[in-house]
Amino acid sequence: MKELFPAKQVGGYIFSLVLTIIALLVYFLDFTFPIAMSILLVTAFVQATVQLVLFMHAGETEDGKAIYTNVLYGIIIAVVTIIGSLLILIWDM
Amino acid sequence: MEFFERFAVPHPSPAIYASMVAIVVVSLAIVVGLTYFKKWGYLWREWLTTVDHKKIGIMYLISAILMLFRGGADAIMMRAQLSMPENQLLDAQHYNEIFTTHGVVMIIFMAMPFIFAFMNIVVPLQIGARDVAFPRLNAISFWLFFFGAMLFNISFVVGGSPDAGWTSYFPLAGTEFSESVGTNYYMIAIQISGIGSLMTGINMITTILKMRAPGMSLMKMPMFTWATFMACVIIIFAFPVLTIALLMGTTDRLFATNFFTSTNGGMDMLWANFFWVWGHPEVYILILPAFGLYSEIISTFSGRNLYGYKSMVGSMVIISLLSFLVWTHHFFTMGQGALTNSIFSISTMAIAVPTGVKIFNWLLTMWKGKIRFTVPMLYSVGFIPLFTIGGVTGVMLAMSAADYQYHNTMFLVAHFHNTIIPGVVFAMLAGLHYYWPKMFGFMLNERIGKWAFWFLSIGFVLAFFPMYITGLDGQARRMYTYSEATGFGPLNFVAFIGAGLMTIAFCIIVYNILYSIKNSPRNVGDDPWNARTLEWATHNPVPEYNFARTPHVASSEALWDVKKNGHELFKGDIEKIHMPNNSGVPFIMGVIFFIAGFSFVFALWVPAVIALIGIFACMVLRSFEKDDGRYISVEEIKATESTYGGANS
Repeated sequence: MKELFPAKQVGGYIFSLVLTIIALLVYFLDFTFPIAMSILLVTAFVQATVQLVLFMHAGETEDGKAIYTNVLYGIIIAVVTIIGSLLILIWDM
Repeated sequence: MEFFERFAVPHPSPAIYASMVAIVVVSLAIVVGLTYFKKWGYLWREWLTTVDHKKIGIMYLISAILMLFRGGADAIMMRAQLSMPENQLLDAQHYNEIFTTHGVVMIIFMAMPFIFAFMNIVVPLQIGARDVAFPRLNAISFWLFFFGAMLFNISFVVGGSPDAGWTSYFPLAGTEFSESVGTNYYMIAIQISGIGSLMTGINMITTILKMRAPGMSLMKMPMFTWATFMACVIIIFAFPVLTIALLMGTTDRLFATNFFTSTNGGMDMLWANFFWVWGHPEVYILILPAFGLYSEIISTFSGRNLYGYKSMVGSMVIISLLSFLVWTHHFFTMGQGALTNSIFSISTMAIAVPTGVKIFNWLLTMWKGKIRFTVPMLYSVGFIPLFTIGGVTGVMLAMSAADYQYHNTMFLVAHFHNTIIPGVVFAMLAGLHYYWPKMFGFMLNERIGKWAFWFLSIGFVLAFFPMYITGLDGQARRMYTYSEATGFGPLNFVAFIGAGLMTIAFCIIVYNILYSIKNSPRNVGDDPWNARTLEWATHNPVPEYNFARTPHVASSEALWDVKKNGHELFKGDIEKIHMPNNSGVPFIMGVIFFIAGFSFVFALWVPAVIALIGIFACMVLRSFEKDDGRYISVEEIKATESTYGGANS
């Protein structure tokens, strides 16, 4: 019975619900803008990771390494592009 | 009649009317010819519906050569206009349209299909696969590219060409300053073919990761496959940026949104930023496969294995990452501060290091080699010094403080042609001669090929080196004329002569193809160049199943192992081979995309919506279609193998 019970998935499901509630709190409670945005950003990325790892089964097949490399590469490029654009057009204009 | 007025060319000239007549005549001639020789069925069965990577590659190749001549015609018109001060051959508007279409055609519709041609033809053979991972998707990629290119090419006779430069900077490209539909063509045509490029990127990566022959680990892949792999990684990360930027530009122009306007909270500089976030990696998408081809050719004709395989791979990985960190160097003068410019100056100069590693590796591959100066090798050897000059001027441009002097002058134009022509065009021509027997089973004539090489190289030097000087003297880019007092006249005339020599070179190449079709011997064997890599271990031209038996590979130079170490490449018996079925859907989807694109360009919403529904209908049909492919029987394979003289049976 224990082998059949998908403990990881159920735990992940509860965890993603908790993350959603934390994100929802931003709407109901009165945070300052930077704090609210930080909470949203962090919960969003943790949420995406939970979905990718637990429910889209990244890393469970032999391609695991390729998938994570790909995701990491994508994140690096996205971050560089966004930070670079902000630097060019706002922070250093 | 009012409805049809929108299709009129806003700025006509006799040349454009002549082109209209020429287009109608040529189209009629093709239709009549196909009907007269009863080739419609052949065309549909063998080419339009094909999913064979080799045939798709050949179609890419033919399209690329056609577009080379289209872009080349633009180029020679520009050089003719600038050959003398105060020249009146073209007016300002036509000149704007011509440099815009020249840039777009050469990058998107010539260089891209050229590299896709070699990726398609060579990569599955180099890794011992039967086809690419998604053959049907591959056909869709091609037809999206093809109809995107056709849509772009009708712009100058229907509604007017884009005229805001190939970079199409806003606010110039906005509706306020570009009223004609030309820039709509730019947005939509590049969008359609860009989707095709993205699909090819995904397709090639999957092919390379999943379909390599037994024994071929990643570090045993031939260098062109590595180069394709890295280029496709760049494609799938860079092209989405272009897709979104074009979408935002399209909605700005068609639906009056304010992403890139200079009023209402829009930011015109954001377009330049997005364009180059895609645009700089795009340069490396073009050059990495070219580097891959050079690696194959130099190693083959030096009779030595590639020097520094690991450092070659490593430098490409570093280039692919660095290519995303340098985009600001295209607009150092836009107004951002010294901090930003310094960061991007340094990252730009850093990219010269892995590129330099590759140059030294090629030189060391040739070192003490037994060099055979065939036509592909001539192009490769010519590439090294010429490209290095382009690289050095690139480092000059990378210094942001100095760039204020060079920005938007002919110096820049000379620099990027100096990297793209010896870097990409020479590689494509070298690859064309090198892989011609692979594709068609006969060689291109060497003597005529060498003539073309010398005309092209000398023409190139004459055409572009004077621009370095006039650029430093202050000749601005994209100016349609200049006064005699500037003194730019003589050097620009030299450049015109150079452009003329290059034109002659391309005509010689076409003549060479026709001459060789007629006169070249057809019994060249399977390995006419004494090559080293796996793609030469099958027959010429390649049978549709590529390899009768799956090859077992032990190194990156599988065929050399066979020839020198007695490696046994093909083990076991011939078994039946599973192949994908042909399909007309990709072609039909391309046609529908063309109709949708055309409707969007002219804001004809009813046909646009119908066409979009048609595209989704094709996708839904595909989801419910049951297609298990087909098998080629053992007898059929044996019969095919025996027609090649049975060398492999």
